[in-house]
Amino acid sequence: MLLWIAGFLILLVKLSIILGVVLFLAGYLVWVERKFLARLQIRYGPNRAGPYGLLQPLADIVKMITKEDTVPEGADRAFFLLAPAVVAATALLMFSVVPLGRDITVWGRRVPMVITDLNIGLLFVFAMSSLSVYGVALGGWASNSKYGLLGGIRGAAQMISYELSLGLSLIPIVMLAHSFSMVDIVQAQQKYPFILFQPVAFLIFVISAMAESKRIPFDLPEAENELVAGYHTEYSGMRFGLFFLGEYVHIMVFGGILAVLFLGGWRGPILPPIVWLMIKIFLVALFMIWVRGTLPRLRYDQLMALGWKVLIPLALINILVTGAVGLMMN
Amino acid sequence: MTLYGMLFHIISAVIIAATAVAITRKNLVHAVVYLIVSFFGTAMLFYLFGAPLLAALEVIIYAGAIMVLFLFVVMMIRAESAEKKVFVPIQWIPAAIFCLIYVLVAAAMAVGTPGMNAPLKMLSASPAQFAIYVFKYQWFSIEVVSMLLLLAVIGALNLGAGRRAGRVDEERRIEDDSALQ
Repeated sequence: MLLWIAGFLILLVKLSIILGVVLFLAGYLVWVERKFLARLQIRYGPNRAGPYGLLQPLADIVKMITKEDTVPEGADRAFFLLAPAVVAATALLMFSVVPLGRDITVWGRRVPMVITDLNIGLLFVFAMSSLSVYGVALGGWASNSKYGLLGGIRGAAQMISYELSLGLSLIPIVMLAHSFSMVDIVQAQQKYPFILFQPVAFLIFVISAMAESKRIPFDLPEAENELVAGYHTEYSGMRFGLFFLGEYVHIMVFGGILAVLFLGGWRGPILPPIVWLMIKIFLVALFMIWVRGTLPRLRYDQLMALGWKVLIPLALINILVTGAVGLMMN
Repeated sequence: MTLYGMLFHIISAVIIAATAVAITRKNLVHAVVYLIVSFFGTAMLFYLFGAPLLAALEVIIYAGAIMVLFLFVVMMIRAESAEKKVFVPIQWIPAAIFCLIYVLVAAAMAVGTPGMNAPLKMLSASPAQFAIYVFKYQWFSIEVVSMLLLLAVIGALNLGAGRRAGRVDEERRIEDDSALQ
């Protein structure tokens, strides 16, 4: 019983540390994005709250919490109120299978540096990302607004299209690692990161994951020049903040998963594992902001053609080639 | 009752309640959401029985992909609420008969299955074990299903391609007509 309580306490500590750090970093990722985007567009970005605008995330949070939480007339109240939570919660839950470092030993007991090492870790990530569609689709529908509805429909169509190529691009990784578990996948990259073996899968995964996170150049669900703000048009205050939070946590989760699957996870010389993972996540996030500052938005038919006619066939061929090479090597 | 038994009963109650609510909703979007809850409960039940792979697939495929498609269609054709009665009264008779048969079979299974009251054990099948079982012993069913899916894909492609070709012909005809004028 004592052991059980100790295990439970360790789990609670791990959960609260990761939740705190992830939320904190998500807040500062907003600052990084605004600063970096400003640099790309030759302007200053936030620079009034604190030195270099470093207190801007705090100011934003205070603003969003103190704002009135409005529900539009004719909205489906329950769904409207719950939809942002779905987006934020699914994004946060994905972090629970990302391994953060080597197992450590505390008082003679091994403590794995991951919240839970599921033997279906990768599939758990997919399950969560497929559920996050509902936050977007139902949030858009429940607002009782045509912009929200159009954004929700676009979001649903886009996310189910790109989920296919996202899943298919990762099958070769599972074939190489012989496991769905994220911990085992990092173990399998002891010698070389998988990006060297699977550059095509890497490319497909990056493009599909960007489409999943609904950012430029794939931000059709919230295209501001045609749909006002898409599925979150009618949201205000912290509920809008939750959609925002979901997006930034999603960027970090994406960075973490990319690092685990292709870049060797927490592996790296000299520096401690957790620092390496942070560096990789940060670089991926910077890359995504850079892409946002560089590329224009795709047209809707281009989006669908890219997903269905380019990425999915490419991913299928990649699986076939990986399988054939694997058979020949054995 | 063990903890697993208790969890089993709670999850089962959630599934049955969610499904019942899903059937009786007038608003189609609400029905879809309750059905998602039901599928999610089924996934938890699979996990409880020691089949994590099946649980994940249930969420990804049923709760994730198929129900999104349902929701997408409901939202796109703006058919949130069914105004008219879907069934004509006469159709209730076969429905009631099938329902009765189903209840009888379920009752017979519940009574006739040995080990009904055995406590649930904590078991777990790894994805590898599951895959070996499926592809070693059930390969024929897998092949049949995959053929079916392939045929469905080809059929869908054919339907889509046929309509597109037709539309192009029509456009060309209209162009020809305008050229003639």
